[in-house]
Amino acid sequence: MARLIRMDRSGHSTLAEWRADDPEAVEAAVEAFRRELDRGYLAMVATGPGKAEQVRELPLDADTVILRRPISGG
Amino acid sequence: MSSAVLPETAAVPWRRRVDAGHLRRRGMLWTLTTVSHVVPFIAAATVLVLLEPLSAPVALACLAHAWVIPELYASRGANVVRRKGRRDPEPEQAALGLLGDLLDHDERDLHALTGLVVERGGLGAWVVGEAGALLVRPGGRRVDCWCVRADDPELPSADRVAHLLLALRTDEQGFATVANLAFSGARWRVRRRMPREMRPAVEAAARRAA
Repeated sequence: MARLIRMDRSGHSTLAEWRADDPEAVEAAVEAFRRELDRGYLAMVATGPGKAEQVRELPLDADTVILRRPISGG
Repeated sequence: MSSAVLPETAAVPWRRRVDAGHLRRRGMLWTLTTVSHVVPFIAAATVLVLLEPLSAPVALACLAHAWVIPELYASRGANVVRRKGRRDPEPEQAALGLLGDLLDHDERDLHALTGLVVERGGLGAWVVGEAGALLVRPGGRRVDCWCVRADDPELPSADRVAHLLLALRTDEQGFATVANLAFSGARWRVRRRMPREMRPAVEAAARRAA
């Protein structure tokens, strides 16, 4: 089961869970994904040890998609 | 690390993308600045004592300035990885679970001990805290201290670290471009200004950078 996770004040929230063969769950996950991107979140997937990638479309084959806020110089 | 460009670099279009050569030049500039602060005070102290031995107290004050100014800079560098703000146990525990998923066993242990994450990169070994990061350069002798943070002050500490870690893993050079350089200098100068419990993270980074 793949998960869409948002890092937030609660630690993290699971916004959607899906399997690629479940169209309803996929549709709900895509909708949640786009909603969070519109709110300014950035979506990341781990692509290997020490590697991550930003994604702009929900990768249905990913295990976990993490939503984070932008960073800036302090 | 990935070759993709960190989207946050679009917010600082005037900055040149940081690379190893850029870091070397900025490091030399930091060293020159430190020397230009220290040398005049030492010279003044020497001249004062040579001209009039009774002016020794003023000469001592000059030497104190020569010592304090570099110490303040190093302290500013060490401060970038200090823990910030309050901590609610429940969100912190949830955030720790997610951060743990991003780390291997040794990194998790080191984070539990120090509150910092060590990450090997192309520019050196990074020590990531909740509101900044140290870059231990190849060879392990020089450290660059960067102020950088997630744009949400209410996030738990471990989530803040995870934000920076994910950004770093996406685009290391972009990460250094977005961050503000707070200090560049010898590792021992930063290490001794850090809280004792955080020092093993710098030592681990130095081993990886060596």
